[in-house]
Amino acid sequence: MREKTPPGIVQEAASVPVKAPARLPASPGGRLARWLVSGPPLLYLAVFFAIPTLIMVLASFRFPGDFGGLAPIFYEDETGRHLDLTLENYSRFFSDFLYTELFIKSFAYAALTTLVCLLIAYPLAMLIARSPKKQRDLLVLLVILPFWSNFLIRVYAWMIILGPNSVFLGAFNRVLGVFGLEPVTLLYTPFAVVVGLVYVHLPFMVLPLYANLEKHDPALLDAAQDLGANAWNRFWRVTWPLSLPGVFAGAALVFIPAFGIFAIPDILGGTSGIMIGNVIKQQFLDTRDWPFGSVLSIVLTVTAVALAGLAAAFARRSRL
Amino acid sequence: MALLEIRNVTRRFGDFVAVDDVSLSIEAGEFFCLLGPSGCGKTTLLRMVAGFDAPDGGAIFLDGRDVTGVPPEARNVHTVFQSYALFPHMTVAQNIAFPLKMTGVAAGDIAQRIEEALDDVSLSGMARRYPNELSGGQRQRVAVARALVNRPKLLLLDEPLAALDAKLKEKMQLELITLQKEVGIAFVYVTHDQQEALALAHRIAVMNRGRVEQLDEPSKIYGFPANRFVADFIGTCNILDAEVVREEGERVLLNITGLGEVETVRGEHLRSGAKGVLALRPEQVCISHQLSPGAEDNHFAGRVFDFLYLGDVTVYVVELANGSRIEAMLPNSAPGRAKFFEPGDSVEISWRRDAGRFLPEQSA
Ligand SMILES: Nc1ncnc2c1ncn2[C@@H]1O[C@H](COP(=O)(O)OP(=O)(O)OP(=O)(O)O)[C@@H](O)[C@H]1O
Ligand SMILES: [Mg+2]
Repeated sequence: MREKTPPGIVQEAASVPVKAPARLPASPGGRLARWLVSGPPLLYLAVFFAIPTLIMVLASFRFPGDFGGLAPIFYEDETGRHLDLTLENYSRFFSDFLYTELFIKSFAYAALTTLVCLLIAYPLAMLIARSPKKQRDLLVLLVILPFWSNFLIRVYAWMIILGPNSVFLGAFNRVLGVFGLEPVTLLYTPFAVVVGLVYVHLPFMVLPLYANLEKHDPALLDAAQDLGANAWNRFWRVTWPLSLPGVFAGAALVFIPAFGIFAIPDILGGTSGIMIGNVIKQQFLDTRDWPFGSVLSIVLTVTAVALAGLAAAFARRSRL
Repeated sequence: MALLEIRNVTRRFGDFVAVDDVSLSIEAGEFFCLLGPSGCGKTTLLRMVAGFDAPDGGAIFLDGRDVTGVPPEARNVHTVFQSYALFPHMTVAQNIAFPLKMTGVAAGDIAQRIEEALDDVSLSGMARRYPNELSGGQRQRVAVARALVNRPKLLLLDEPLAALDAKLKEKMQLELITLQKEVGIAFVYVTHDQQEALALAHRIAVMNRGRVEQLDEPSKIYGFPANRFVADFIGTCNILDAEVVREEGERVLLNITGLGEVETVRGEHLRSGAKGVLALRPEQVCISHQLSPGAEDNHFAGRVFDFLYLGDVTVYVVELANGSRIEAMLPNSAPGRAKFFEPGDSVEISWRRDAGRFLPEQSA
């Protein structure tokens, strides 16, 4: 979006002789300033992302310990000390199609969740962005209101809503009965998982979309209409392409956490709704096979980072 | 039949009357200016013509057809917005192609039409640029090209040059005049800049507080302002309180409070005793050290109070016997010389009998 500057300011700014911008790293003071600014975030990334990832990568090449955890990294025999590393964990992942299948299934759930979130969030974000300024803040507040209560409690609430004693489901099944159809169960099905995923991630789609749509210059829509565009063309040729950065940001914020989540399928999915996150959690907490859990985590991280990179590249390609 | 007829159009926002019973008719091929101070309802009127807003009273006819209820996309009228409203995600060519696509022009013809449109506004070679890669003047031209490319009946321009600097503005004004002549499409041009309106328009409607104060050719508007508002708003004007003494045919004898009697001309019938003002343009006021023989019809003695050097001209502020001040403008014919009169000099000022204009008090 173009910044609107009062013409007076522009003229003043133009009439002031401008010195060539100083290069930051030229002086030692400048270098210090740079480190002061970029240091803390770099430190954060190192401590909470790079180092744990390295530990995980290393763990994925090790053997599990006899009682869980990791086996010692060296073993000793009569010839001396040896590094005790292996590729066995990876070969296990690639030899058993079950895990790849789980990845594909999780990917499908996450993709479906992202799509449904987009379909619900887009009109919602548009509505908020186009309502009067006073109401906008209230509506945004309503979107983030669920964050004020515990995530798990909200998901447990869906257990009741989707459960066999639910009023809604009961009424729905009675309607089905009228048409001579079998009653349906929703809890502990993939359907329940996707409902839970959509419910939990919806705000992460609404907020970036709203932030984007709110910046659109309404004059563009007037211009489009003036030049002969009907409502559909105004949306498809103006609003939608301009909102793509918001769409990609929202999609990344929904897809990546939904891909690796375990709490929702744990609570709502039963055995049929299990996702890769559940298996990773199992490896670490139940089976206590940390190396294999690390392998699964690495595959998940690599896939997620690759997809995020792809989304970022698309967002950049769309020029805004 | 007029191309655009605005008949008794009124638009209210709550209690506020933004456009108040405006009637205008605009002919095909005309360059028409809506001129008025900020907030006088120009944009509101324009939006009703474009179809973005509907009148609360009255009606708008395009080509003799009442367009009430016809949405903007179905009106053969295009707008150049003040912010240009170029689509930032489309190249110049795609921006210009937009209206063509919307009206279903065959894909094969579009490329050639874009070429022609760009040529019209001398932007050939810029087709693949994005709006943020253009200068203000270039953006403005793209907006005009886009609005003209499928030859609307009427082009509405809402202060299209307001964001440009003075030099560029002048250049674009000349280009717009040429372009309008070339394409022959009627322009309705909104501005609050009186010089721009005088320079561009065939006819000007001067608006104030939602009403049309005067509708005429530029030279008539400037030379014969209909009332005090127009006289004040267009150019600078000396305003002297006056009262009609008597009328003798074309000639009107006025008494200027505290100064004496002057003569002027006024077409309309005036009662003697009518109160009002005498409006006098600074360039119509002569200033000299002594009254030359065979002088102009009205003259008074005064003293130079101050002066304003403007480069091409110098404006002298002359204080008259009654304490009122009159501005007189003199071209600077001698280079390097800022003034012919010093503050404090005794001078004579004079003006032709047909120069001043008596404006009766408005019965508002
Ligand atoms: N949607 C609206 N609601 C309430 N008042 C409005 C609305 N639109 C315009 N107005 C009022 O109507 C008056 C005329 O507005 P308009 O935009 O037509 O002025 P304008 O002549 O175009 O002024 P400018 O030269 O500043 O653009 C203003 O006082 C404005 O506050
Ligand atoms: Mg306006």
